[in-house]
Amino acid sequence: MISTEHFTALFDPRAIVVAGASTHPGKFGFVALHNILSCGYSGEVFATNRERAEVLGRSTFADLTEIPDGVVDLVFVCTPAASNPELLRQAASKGIRAAFIASAGYGESGEDGRRLQSDLVDLANELDMVIVGPNGQGLISTPSSLCAQIVAPFPPAGRIGIASQSGNFVSSFMNLSRQSGVGVSRAISVGNAAQVGVIDMLEYYADDPETAVGLVYLEGVPDGREFAKRLEAVCRRMPVVIVKGGASGSGAKAAASHTGSLATDDRVFDGMCRQVGASRASSVAEAFDLAAAFATLPAPSGPRLAIVTTVGGWGVLAADATSNTSLELVDLPDDLRTTLDGLLPPRWSRNNPIDLAGGETKDTVPAVLDAVVRHLDVDATLVLGMGIQSNQGRLEREGPFYPDHGLERIVAFHDRQDSRYVEVALAASAASNKPVLIASELAVADPSNAAVSAVREADRYCFPSAERAVKALHFMYERERWLASFASESSN
Amino acid sequence: MSTTLSESDSKTLLSGFGVRFLPESLATGPADAVAFAAQCGGPMALKLCGANIAHKSERGLVHLGVVGADAVSRSCQELLDAARPEDNATGVLIAPMAIGLREFIAGISVDPVFGPTVVFGLGGVLAEAIADVTVRLAPLRRYDAFDMLHSLRSQSLFGPFRGEPAVDLEALADLLCALSAASSQIEGLISIDLNPVMIVDGSPVALDALVEVTAADVVS
Repeated sequence: MISTEHFTALFDPRAIVVAGASTHPGKFGFVALHNILSCGYSGEVFATNRERAEVLGRSTFADLTEIPDGVVDLVFVCTPAASNPELLRQAASKGIRAAFIASAGYGESGEDGRRLQSDLVDLANELDMVIVGPNGQGLISTPSSLCAQIVAPFPPAGRIGIASQSGNFVSSFMNLSRQSGVGVSRAISVGNAAQVGVIDMLEYYADDPETAVGLVYLEGVPDGREFAKRLEAVCRRMPVVIVKGGASGSGAKAAASHTGSLATDDRVFDGMCRQVGASRASSVAEAFDLAAAFATLPAPSGPRLAIVTTVGGWGVLAADATSNTSLELVDLPDDLRTTLDGLLPPRWSRNNPIDLAGGETKDTVPAVLDAVVRHLDVDATLVLGMGIQSNQGRLEREGPFYPDHGLERIVAFHDRQDSRYVEVALAASAASNKPVLIASELAVADPSNAAVSAVREADRYCFPSAERAVKALHFMYERERWLASFASESSN
Repeated sequence: MSTTLSESDSKTLLSGFGVRFLPESLATGPADAVAFAAQCGGPMALKLCGANIAHKSERGLVHLGVVGADAVSRSCQELLDAARPEDNATGVLIAPMAIGLREFIAGISVDPVFGPTVVFGLGGVLAEAIADVTVRLAPLRRYDAFDMLHSLRSQSLFGPFRGEPAVDLEALADLLCALSAASSQIEGLISIDLNPVMIVDGSPVALDALVEVTAADVVS
């Protein structure tokens, strides 16, 4: 029976041993040790190498029997499949409770491999160990500064917990984490999921104070009913975002050859997700948007959205994006319109989207944002056009006239203004406990932009477009409705 | 091995779970049919009924819009004559023609991974091309049933439509919940088809029903 202690050994080990450390920088056994030693893990790190060769300047042991007793919690296994049963016995005798098995040659490689895999699970159960994999790419755990994986990158710390049936998607999600600054708590590639799979990880994440949202890549589930039941229990406690491979006919064939699991009909899976309260994303990018939203924003208590934009076009497209969602563009209440009339020149849109029409001055934008976000008829606010000024500032700073002709001063002013607008919007969000979403393609085009930086500094996510922000908010509100459906049932 | 229940038996079984059908009669001969038609008035629909008839329309075993005693009598006799021994025909189902522009399809399908599922979608001749279908795992909560309805892309069909009133969504949700209940209580269930479910005066009515069960569980 896998318990919390097993997961603690896995994600927050007191010490680690890499079994099968290699002197060849192209081998898994080298990369795993390299990554563990390079990302700040503070526990002791041991390594085994059959020839006791020095790896990365460290001496190694010939096998696990030589490591100290009762010190190590996790073994990262890069040794050939045939030697792993003996290795697990040795690990257990040293008090190791968790093994991550990167070795291939198991269920993914035919009948013999499947038998080896099932024997390995029986052995792990007998030894009271949790084994993840085999054929997995590793795990990361930012609270322990642990990067025990054979892929990159090591993401910033945060509250997204990743579990994936493909190690490369863990990598994709973490790349987006590093780019956006919205961090990860734990991430794991379950490989062939012989003993524990994605759902076991999610159950651990739901209880993990470091994790606020689960982010999942899935290709198939062996027992649909059981999976759905457990997933619903997780979703009652924590948002879960799922992107699924094998959704189309041709995709399903590729999935079958990849993890040896059977793809199921896409509509069934989609309906199951809605029913159990999981947010199903249609792409890796959308999945990360949703996870970042859940990890960093307060949940919307209703569907009423206000859009604030410094100029027209963005607001129009954002408003279009709300059709086919559960969100409503709120009609501006009279008192809010009056407040804004007092702050803006007459050419402002006077409705939602609130188009400032270039009528903003340094003092009105914060006042407008504050008034809109805090208004009782507004459940969520989308802010567009942040970063324009500092984008011009960047052109000036990089041009031939800088810093003369007053450019140094104005560029610094632009940067300060954009930072300040963002800070005000996000402060109002925090104070009113309502979601405020900031969207700009500068999130991708120029992450160093002052507005984008200010969003990152506030531990929020700058959405790469208004449409993507609207979609994320839509999923957040759908989850709230789903949660509320249980409350209304029990009160009936 | 699986077998299908006759339309009449399927309807009787599903009525017990709250699925709504039109009043109809199982006529064993033209005289029965003519009497029932006279009682209802208006154009009638006649279908050969038997345990092993799955594709009635393709075999010409459905006569629609039959008007008058002579035509009803003739239609009934033709259908009985068309029966093959393997159809296990028990008679001719006769019902007043339902009038409605909107058709949906609803049913139960057992997924190999997720088990019994409730299926609801747009019906009619363009149904497959449009493929506006939504699925949930059985059993459904009432919330799920409404979420299925809201998940359909063709939302405008639920409002007032070309002179017909808006769809009674509560009744449609009832239908989906009835199917869900049936799926958990019918032994050896493989599938249920309600096709079409027509919107008649705003309310859903299943015009046909087909229940498929594993052969071992068939009760005569």
